[in-house]
Amino acid sequence: MKLLTAIIKPFKLEEVRTALTDLGLEGMTVTEVKGYGRQKGHTEIYRGAEYAVSFLPKIKIEIVVPSAQVDKALEVVQSAARTGQIGDGKIFVSPIERTIRVRTGETDETAL
Amino acid sequence: MNDFKRNLGVGIATAMVLALTVAPGFAQDAAAPAAAAVEKTAATAANVDYIFNTLLFLIGGFLVMWMAAGFAMLEAGLVRSKNVAMQCTKNIALYSIGGIMFWLVGYNLMYPGDGGWVVADTIGKFLPVTMPAPGEDTGGAYATGSDWFFQMVFCATTASIVSGTLAERIKLWPFLIFIVVLTGFIYPIQGSWEWGAGWLDDMGFSDFAGSTLVHSTGGWAALAGALLLGARAGKYGPNGAIHPMPGSSMPLATLGTFILWLGWFGFNGGSQLALGTLENASAVAKIFVNTNMAAASGVLVAMVLTQVIYGKVDLTMTLNGALAGLVSITAEPLAPAIWQSVVIGGVGGVIVVFTVPLLDKLRIDDVVGAIPVHLFAGIWGTLIVAWTNSDANIVVQATGVAAVGAFVFVSSFVLWAFLKFTIGLRPTLEEETNGLDMSEIGIEAYPEFGTGSQRI
Repeated sequence: MKLLTAIIKPFKLEEVRTALTDLGLEGMTVTEVKGYGRQKGHTEIYRGAEYAVSFLPKIKIEIVVPSAQVDKALEVVQSAARTGQIGDGKIFVSPIERTIRVRTGETDETAL
Repeated sequence: MNDFKRNLGVGIATAMVLALTVAPGFAQDAAAPAAAAVEKTAATAANVDYIFNTLLFLIGGFLVMWMAAGFAMLEAGLVRSKNVAMQCTKNIALYSIGGIMFWLVGYNLMYPGDGGWVVADTIGKFLPVTMPAPGEDTGGAYATGSDWFFQMVFCATTASIVSGTLAERIKLWPFLIFIVVLTGFIYPIQGSWEWGAGWLDDMGFSDFAGSTLVHSTGGWAALAGALLLGARAGKYGPNGAIHPMPGSSMPLATLGTFILWLGWFGFNGGSQLALGTLENASAVAKIFVNTNMAAASGVLVAMVLTQVIYGKVDLTMTLNGALAGLVSITAEPLAPAIWQSVVIGGVGGVIVVFTVPLLDKLRIDDVVGAIPVHLFAGIWGTLIVAWTNSDANIVVQATGVAAVGAFVFVSSFVLWAFLKFTIGLRPTLEEETNGLDMSEIGIEAYPEFGTGSQRI
């Protein structure tokens, strides 16, 4: 099992969710985050004084995926989240040791 | 007991009037009380005048009362979420304190009447207000309570100006103690010099609805407080750095501004102080028009200026522009032609756009722009009376501005200093950082949002 952590632009969430569902991957955790990579922020002016808006709103999707489906999942997420502009985000893959479904006690890949 | 006597009296009068119709032989005795009753209720010019004047005071009065809601919402919208409940508390408290103090001592200090002065034309009398019974309140040109009510809401308005400037870093009770003295003594004493027929009035100083008496007074008190209180933590950095702290709710700030605009029709219109004749009614109408046009002009000037200077319209300065326009016309909303009101209000907008950043340059932290809107525009509005009102002259206007300014600023400064060095004005840095809602009030405005305690 692998954990896919995808940082994407907020308006791409529905598209990515649909793409993952079409693959048969249900269930994910979504967080509102802020960040930047190469996409710089900008400055605004409030009552005559400048302030920097360096951190941009993003969405973080965390989804644990059976190892056999990782490559396919990465492909559909990247394709759905991409706009071609700076700031499209990144996807990180990390290993998951164990998984348990709280309701039934099922473990590992049967819990996904 | 009084109710019983009154009802008995009414019953007897009714019986007598009936007797008049049923038994003409008794008409002679019954005629005198019945005639007196008719005299008090007949549509004589004097009675009509009384009723309409009273109506103007009451309606104008509750419109100005509603401005307290306007200030509360404007300030709530321009402070950060963690301080909103504190701002709301300050605003409802100061309105209430204004009412109590103006009853206990303020009104008679401000309006001692001929021969009532403790120090002639300078300090009025120290006495609470009592109201006559309605049946006996027929001596003057309006109901006693209506005059007190109308004047009281002006006193409370002055207090609300101070709370905006000092927001986000002042403790509640020291602030309210200042308000007790402002509404009970400082405001009424300087008010007596002009509206109470004191020495400024004798000189010919003209301030129709209070550009100086209300708005500049509030502004001077706010400035004195801001100087002694200091800026919000983190607002100003080294090398002239300024760190904006954007307000939590633009809709509330906008709503507050519209509410103030509405209330201002009562503020300026009611200050005609009479409605029972054709000329007075027409005057009130003219005042409404001039008031509106000055505000509209202030808005548009601020919008255009911020667009040109900053490349984007600044909503908060646009809102300030409306209020600055209103403050500017308040000293003389009757005399100007409409185009003159547009000019006067427009200059108010200019004042706001240039003095808001100026205060920041001087490291004077005015959270809502009350000093530009009420003090600077108030001074402008007072001086420019000489342009539209031929009975005024600029030297006398300037004298009034200076006299009220000196008195209010000095007395406020002394009082703020006294509070600062005894009970202290500021919360600790930690309290200020966590927000005054938690530290002073113990109730958050938005517990489920942002970093509120009900969010994980």
